[in-house]
Amino acid sequence: MLSLNELWFILVAVLFVGFFFLEGFDFGVGMSASLLGKTDGQRRVLINSIGPFWDANEVWLLTAGGAMFAAFPNWYATLFSGFNTPLVVLLLALIGRGVAFEFRGKVDSRRWKKTWDGVIFMGSLLPPFLLGVVFACLLKGLPIDGQMEMRAGLFDIVNVYSVIGGVTVTVLCLVHGLMFTTLRTTGDLQDRARALGGRLLIPLAGLLAVFGAMTYAMTDVFQVRGAILTVMAVAGVAAFILAGAFNAKKKDGWAFGMTGAVTALAIVSVFTGLFPRVMISSIDSAFNLTIHNAASGSYSLTVMTYVALGLLPFVLGYQIWSYFVFHKRVHEKQHLEY
Amino acid sequence: MDVVMLSRLQFTATTIFHFIFVPISIGLALMIAIMETMYVVKGQEEYKRMAKFWGKLFLINFAVGVVTGILQEFQFGMNWSNYSRFVGDVFGAPLAIEALLAFFMESTFIGLWIFGWERLSKKVHLACIWLVSIGTTLSAFWILAANSFMQRPVGFAVNNGRAEMNDFLALITNGQLWWEFPHTVFGAFLTGSFLVAGISAWKLLKRQDVSFFKKSFQLAIVIALISSVAVALFGHQQAQYLVGTQPMKMAASEGLWETSSDPAPWTVTAFIDPVKQQNTMEIKVPYLLSYLSYSKFSGSVPGMKNLQAEYEQKYGPGNYIPPVRTTFWSFRIMVAAGSIMILLGLYGCHLAARNKLEQAGKWFLHAMVWGISMPFIANTSGWIMTEIGRQPWAVFGLMRTEDGVSPSVSAGQVLFSLISFTAAYTVLAIVMAYLFIRVIKKGPNAIDHAEIAHADDPFDREGQHAFSK
Ligand code: HDD
Ligand code: HEM
Ligand code: HEM
Repeated sequence: MLSLNELWFILVAVLFVGFFFLEGFDFGVGMSASLLGKTDGQRRVLINSIGPFWDANEVWLLTAGGAMFAAFPNWYATLFSGFNTPLVVLLLALIGRGVAFEFRGKVDSRRWKKTWDGVIFMGSLLPPFLLGVVFACLLKGLPIDGQMEMRAGLFDIVNVYSVIGGVTVTVLCLVHGLMFTTLRTTGDLQDRARALGGRLLIPLAGLLAVFGAMTYAMTDVFQVRGAILTVMAVAGVAAFILAGAFNAKKKDGWAFGMTGAVTALAIVSVFTGLFPRVMISSIDSAFNLTIHNAASGSYSLTVMTYVALGLLPFVLGYQIWSYFVFHKRVHEKQHLEY
Repeated sequence: MDVVMLSRLQFTATTIFHFIFVPISIGLALMIAIMETMYVVKGQEEYKRMAKFWGKLFLINFAVGVVTGILQEFQFGMNWSNYSRFVGDVFGAPLAIEALLAFFMESTFIGLWIFGWERLSKKVHLACIWLVSIGTTLSAFWILAANSFMQRPVGFAVNNGRAEMNDFLALITNGQLWWEFPHTVFGAFLTGSFLVAGISAWKLLKRQDVSFFKKSFQLAIVIALISSVAVALFGHQQAQYLVGTQPMKMAASEGLWETSSDPAPWTVTAFIDPVKQQNTMEIKVPYLLSYLSYSKFSGSVPGMKNLQAEYEQKYGPGNYIPPVRTTFWSFRIMVAAGSIMILLGLYGCHLAARNKLEQAGKWFLHAMVWGISMPFIANTSGWIMTEIGRQPWAVFGLMRTEDGVSPSVSAGQVLFSLISFTAAYTVLAIVMAYLFIRVIKKGPNAIDHAEIAHADDPFDREGQHAFSK
């Protein structure tokens, strides 16, 4: 039987997978609005294709944070205070991006729109990068002391490994977003999104390979969970190759599914590598935060389990319904809301 | 300044900013839901135009509410990590439930509402805005459940130096919550309705779209009157509750150094000297404090000096008196603003009922325009009273604010975040005010032109309408 602590670890992981799968593509679309959109109309189409979804997608991150707070308060406290400054930048990016979607269409002036397009671009680029850095640091371990306080210097957070992690996640989101764009648009935009997505697969393959190799060499996760991580890596490579093949054959839905699978496998691997730890101390393994010493009491976990299992089906149900309502492609000739 | 001061400053600034937009979202969502209901039931296009016009303002505001909220949720961990460790077991639950139950609902159905006018049947579209409205109210409930725990901790036991939940039901049946929640939510409805009424009054002064804004005003002023009375009644109950649970806050909000006489008089205004611990000038209304505290004209209310002595015995040496002047004046400002709104609401309803709005004196319409500021003043001062009056505690009787900060975060880091958030918020406020005024100036007809010029459905022009009739 699963213990409640294990169950909540899995739930947090699922929430992060949901977040990266969903918000991953809308980060990607946010970046590609500036990369692909040649005219204002095209940029509007791109932004509109995520219009009804991005806020709900972001709530996956909030819920992941909330679940951490409730189930593993020490994890929440150490992680968020330890990464204070990167999170400040992350929040500024999310603030800018969120309001930019709403503000950009409100004034008919080129400069106005250009400004907000810039905000959307940076606001979509920085979060996946910073989260990639944070996740890489989690794998590598951080200076956490006996009081569970993480006292990281600049180079504990910013180093070659973590930066490569950040870039990898960013490019992965971009490719995932381009695949999403091929599903939601027509004509010229769709063709260019497909082509750019295909071309970016090659550098992405390189990044993933380098990051994987560095993870093997620099962290202990393969020692701890070698077998299962190897299986996941093989599955990841297969999904990646399939993504390329489907993309070349213009089977866009399948290609999107495969980049999604790569994203999901990457996040699952991170959590698998950590388990049963939630944060690794580079000072002394006795100071590791684990699903036990970071967790809430069993009463609290039991209550939260009932609540979560009771609510999740509804949440998933209406979210799927909302994607179904908006399953039609977005054209430029339409009345665009933003 | 040290980390504690800076973190407090940042928390205060960001929450007050968040709570400028929150009540607008809660209030406008309800009003738009009512407008759209009228449209669906009565079939008059005017109500649809109303829902769309006020919906524009609602959406601009909602976006700011959302992005400032994300920061709130992260801030507990970023700046108050010791606090989060100590109470996370109890406090995290309502926050997680809020996200799962309320935020998903709000954000999904608002997307459906914005883009669904032509995609969904009238009734399903109407259901979407009601779900948004319910979502905002649920979100208020759960976050206030967390806040009520800080005011009056229940349903927990302290084990190994942390508060652990042992009674979830007690947490959500907390008496504090059941006064705080209706008081805050009616305050939010009051905010939304005063915004609509004030903007309508402005347009009526300019004689633009008179019938449209008359209708909006009539709807808004009725909700305003109901909410303003409800806010006052619940506030009165909350004050009584406070005497029992946080007598120190009550005494501070009355500037009461010594335990009062029986019956207790209410202090209208006073010069408070927190150093000498006395008031140099006081104007008092006899019996009123007894009434406020116990709903009867007798009974004395404990003073700060006695409570200080009592708390020293109980919690050890220390200063348990909150900033008295701030607590005293913020309470009075809230009550004054509330009283003004009740009067404006009464007169406005009187005019609306007799259909005399056009003949209304200019002074009244002007007063309604200025009145827009009233709910914001009341909301802010209400929170300041509630939160400052609780000091030095973060969780009453359990944890002091200064013990809650993150030990691993330096003053420099907090200074950086404080400055960047303040700068970002200033820009946001300016842009938002600019957009609000623009939308209001253009009026409801601007939208209609856009509608005629373009196809309606953002997602599907040619395809079959799978969900609409
Ligand atoms: C009484 C109501 C109330 C209060 C006291 C607060 N909020 Fe709030 N919050 C809301 C009522 C609300 C809302 C009405 O639900 C919002 C405002 C506008 C909106 O979009 O939703 C919202 C948005 C909002 C969001 C974004 C949700 C999304 O993405 O859709 C978060 C994460 C928070 N809030 C978190 C907080 C935290 C951690 C608070 C405490 C310090 C807080 N709020 C105080
Ligand atoms: C949105 C409306 C709110 C406003 C305007 C507000 C405002 C304030 C103010 C003025 C303080 C005192 C700051 C100080 O003197 O240190 C404070 C403290 C605090 N409040 Fe609130 N508050 C609000 C809601 C909440 C809610 C809903 C929660 C919890 C869920 C909360 C949690 C806290 C905490 C943890 C502190 C202690 C940290 C500190 O003192 O800064 N607040 N708040
Ligand atoms: C007119 C008479 C009013 C009375 C007697 C009253 C009473 C109170 C009391 C006693 C508190 C503090 C509760 C505590 O610390 O536990 C409070 C808080 C508050 N008040 Fe009022 N109030 C009034 C009007 C208003 C109005 C008009 C608004 C806003 C439109 C408002 C908004 C708030 C808010 C947002 C809080 C903080 C949240 C809370 O603790 O409920 N109040 N009020």
